[in-house]
Amino acid sequence: MNLDFSEEQKGLKQELARLLRARDTRRGAREALEGRAAFDAPLWRELGQLGWLSVAIPEAAGGQGLGHEMLCCVAEEIGRSLAAVPFGSSIAVVAEALMCFGSNAQQQRFLPGLGSGRRIGAFAIAERPGPLREGTIAATVTGGRLSGRKIAVTDGMLADLLLVVALADGVPQFFLVEAHAAGVTREAGTGVDLANAPASIHFDNVVAEPLGNAGWAGIRQLLDHSAVLTAFEQVGAADAALAMATDYARERMAFGRQIGSFQAIKHKLADVWIANQLARANAYYAAWALQAGSDVLPRAAASARVSASEAFERAARELIQVHGGIAVTWEHDAHLFYRRAQHLALVFGGLREWQARLTGLLAAAA
Amino acid sequence: MDFDDTAEEAEFRSAVRHWLKDNGGRFIPPPDADDVVIIGLAKQWQAALADAGYAGFGLPAEMGGRPGAPIEQLIFHQEIASHPMAMVEVMTLGCGMAIPTVMKHGRPEHLELLARPTIRGDIIWCQLFSEPGAGSDLAGILTKAVRDGGDWIVTGQKVWTSGALFADWGLLLVRTDPTVPKHRGLSYFLLDMKAPGVEVRPLKQIGGRSEFNEVFIAEVRIPDAMRLGEIGGGWKVAMTTLSNERLALTADAAVGRNLVQPLLRLAKRLDLVEDRAFAERLASYYAAAAGIEHIGSRITTALSRGENPGAEATIGKMTLTRLLQSMSAFGMDLAGMAGGTIDRAADPDLFEIQEGFFLAPGYRMGGGTEEIGKNIIAERVLGLPPDYRPDKDVPFNRIGK
Repeated sequence: MNLDFSEEQKGLKQELARLLRARDTRRGAREALEGRAAFDAPLWRELGQLGWLSVAIPEAAGGQGLGHEMLCCVAEEIGRSLAAVPFGSSIAVVAEALMCFGSNAQQQRFLPGLGSGRRIGAFAIAERPGPLREGTIAATVTGGRLSGRKIAVTDGMLADLLLVVALADGVPQFFLVEAHAAGVTREAGTGVDLANAPASIHFDNVVAEPLGNAGWAGIRQLLDHSAVLTAFEQVGAADAALAMATDYARERMAFGRQIGSFQAIKHKLADVWIANQLARANAYYAAWALQAGSDVLPRAAASARVSASEAFERAARELIQVHGGIAVTWEHDAHLFYRRAQHLALVFGGLREWQARLTGLLAAAA
Repeated sequence: MDFDDTAEEAEFRSAVRHWLKDNGGRFIPPPDADDVVIIGLAKQWQAALADAGYAGFGLPAEMGGRPGAPIEQLIFHQEIASHPMAMVEVMTLGCGMAIPTVMKHGRPEHLELLARPTIRGDIIWCQLFSEPGAGSDLAGILTKAVRDGGDWIVTGQKVWTSGALFADWGLLLVRTDPTVPKHRGLSYFLLDMKAPGVEVRPLKQIGGRSEFNEVFIAEVRIPDAMRLGEIGGGWKVAMTTLSNERLALTADAAVGRNLVQPLLRLAKRLDLVEDRAFAERLASYYAAAAGIEHIGSRITTALSRGENPGAEATIGKMTLTRLLQSMSAFGMDLAGMAGGTIDRAADPDLFEIQEGFFLAPGYRMGGGTEEIGKNIIAERVLGLPPDYRPDKDVPFNRIGK
């Protein structure tokens, strides 16, 4: 039994953590918050050049070939850093889809650009509010041309390459679309997480290239993979929120004592720690299932997703509460966590959807 | 990452499995067995385990124990978890807490007298710490011991004592000096439960069962030779016992009890799987239970490498018991009006859920309350400052009560 990362993986993870600490990633996120930058482009370039984005991409497609456990480590550190980079969209979804469903030729064409950070991918699936379901897809590809409208495309304004879910012969499939192609109209939205701004995208008879043909089952498979990677982002960020709250509870004095000496604060933060540890254990198990290609992956991914969304949301809420009034000011960094927690809990469908999926999987097996 | 045993672990697991298959059946109690029959069987079972070399994990071979990798104990617990001979917890206290405490703080004569019979199941132990007036604040106990020549005369009352009715020896914490601050006036003794003046009365719990007892101690004479540690040094000895208790609970939590399956079966029968409230709550409940299972795997990983598991080990008990309470009430709610009727034959799933409803409140306190557990996490893991303790440096007899 070994439910832990290897010494090599942990060593690389620490190296990335050091790099991210040295880059003042929260300042980068704040630049995006203030609207002075769309995202932390210098950091993204550096992560790409140093190979951090391509750890799981096969060497044949320009990557490091270190596997998904290593990519989980990268996701955790990026999550912890709160960096304003399109890691989730470009790596955890679009590059992942290419690795799952791309032909050799497609992997050769697209993965080197995504893995080096030179090109950015984004995922266009939702068309209307409410749960992601097969029946909600109306965008259609006929004769290699896509028409339809997508909403809530995270990092949609930054993207060069769009992964679009659209109907082909009535069945939802993946398609690759160049974001700058004729017939693509993008409209910027305001995101809950301003560092991961969503776009609405209109497609009018746009050239679209099929990616695999596994139908809705393939789409669910990708969502499971992305959910595991996102769970690591959430776990890393939740730990960072807890560390920030704990530091403050040790410093801040009230009623003649450090506020961290009050049980009301202690128990709150102990509950956050417990939720974080549960989420971490679920995420590790899901990382194993992902790397091993185990058939428990759907259940492990859903469990990791539910656990990590609950943990990060709790950690972010209590981070603000422990700080008191100062944390509801625009200048304070606490709301960066609050925004990121809600954003990450909503990508690929919200908590409630994943809870329903998990219970459905359990009931089917019972 | 992998979920495979090492070669040695696999060999040990297979040996345990074969042994259980060949020998386990003899120790399964009949359905109508009373406590006397069950304890008798448990003692025979423990002796058989000792003969086979599966008793006293971590204890020296010369006592009849099984020294060696801690992972073996975990594997053994995993293998017997599905075995209907469920009485091993009676023995956990002796091998898991009493003997380690005696080894650290006692004398060779104590070990000579107690170690081998404990490992063989001839001696059953109980823990005489909590009192009606001292639970979480254990150092506030009132049971007093007064020196009388070579003996001590002990008077007081203990409570929440599992197994006291059948116990031969007790781990006893008493106050020997009320004029010093509370932690410094305590001493620790081994009490012969058959000594004159010891009276055990079962406590009936809210669910109707009796797992705990009250123990009344009326002028009981204990030789000073049965003291562990210094006079006034009892707190330190008690901490040894409690840290071993936490390790023992870890082994239990790794195989943990939860209601996921009975709830799923009930919901399926009642056609409530698609019910939104059910789906949401069951998923969160399952995710927490799965998280605890995987924390168990992380503990196994640490043990397998010969490392100590960290504070993660306390999460299982704290989380599962709270969830057991809320999910048992929820399960009864799923059954609607029928949820309030207890009928094991008519609905075994609902019955299991209802049992959880009555067990959970006690579980939330056993082995240290949830609140004390959170204090420990906050102070030792998160490094938050200690709470304000106004009685800390005050002589015990001058603390307001």
